[in-house]
Amino acid sequence: MVEITLNGVARDVREGTTLADLVDGLALPPEQVAVELNRALVRQGERESRRLEPGDQVELVTLVGGG
Amino acid sequence: MDTPREPPHEADEPLRLGSALLRSRLLVGTGKYASFDQMARALEISGTDCVTVAVRRVNLDASRGPSLLDHVDRRRYQILPNTAGCFDAATAVRTAVLARELLGTDLVKLEVLGDPKTLLPDPVGTLEATRELVSQGFTVLVYCSDDPRLAVRLEEAGAASVMPAGSPIGSGQGVLNPNAIRITLELVRVPVIVDAGVGTASDVAIAMELGAAGVLLNTGIALAREPLRMAAAMRDACRAGRNAFLAGRIERKLYANASSPPEGVVGGVVGSVIGGAAGETPAPGEPPLAAKRTS
Repeated sequence: MVEITLNGVARDVREGTTLADLVDGLALPPEQVAVELNRALVRQGERESRRLEPGDQVELVTLVGGG
Repeated sequence: MDTPREPPHEADEPLRLGSALLRSRLLVGTGKYASFDQMARALEISGTDCVTVAVRRVNLDASRGPSLLDHVDRRRYQILPNTAGCFDAATAVRTAVLARELLGTDLVKLEVLGDPKTLLPDPVGTLEATRELVSQGFTVLVYCSDDPRLAVRLEEAGAASVMPAGSPIGSGQGVLNPNAIRITLELVRVPVIVDAGVGTASDVAIAMELGAAGVLLNTGIALAREPLRMAAAMRDACRAGRNAFLAGRIERKLYANASSPPEGVVGGVVGSVIGGAAGETPAPGEPPLAAKRTS
């Protein structure tokens, strides 16, 4: 298992898990999710090729109501 | 815009923000509504062309349900993401970058706040983040305090619009310092949009009458007892205030100025006119009004 931090919470993921896999497991369509890895944006087309490594800090965000 | 909404005597230019052209000068937020349905109807009634949204972490445990974007027609509205909730420049910049990925727009409403209690903008962090976002190619609309000199600095840093707060976010106190807004309007050339603190329709009208290019509000509609009716009130106030500004208001005067002709009053003395013809100039021999003494 690979230990990462996902949206501020420690979490174990299977080895070989990609950012695209993480997004696929969510309740939102992939285009409604933006991904940040270690404080840098990962574009939608690049999620597939990036496997998670120990200590990775991942932020998955979407749009919500606001002013 | 192909079909102007206004009759000729109400003609107005669209508000340009970057590449976006907005016919309505009311910008409306999408937070705090009782439901997505209520929000969608309020947006429609408000007549807005531009709605703000926030960026937040995905709820990892949620099951598939309706999301905000399912209820905001992106062909109809320009979506303006904000960096609300950011208390430093770096976090605001990260948020803007994520928003651009989600929406494919360079537009961002920058908020760098000082603390969670007052939600007042942090001027130094705001200026710093403005510079960084401009360098990254964003069209930055900057939420800021109502400080005319800060507005100048933000414009110099490349802000596409400055958005001074009328009063603290969600406070409903209206435009607390109209003079600061007036001075800001004199000092900067970019659109000045009054953002935050709008409680009711007259607050919108006052901002627009001052000459603001637009007003951005959220809570004033969303938390009104009847949000849909308030959306209509805000829409009308925005247009009323804008028309009043364009029409040019009369000067404020200390004394009355009769609207009805002073001559020919029943039982009056022929030839004796008080106040003069058409009520404008004193008749020959009459002392100016200020010099009169009446018992």
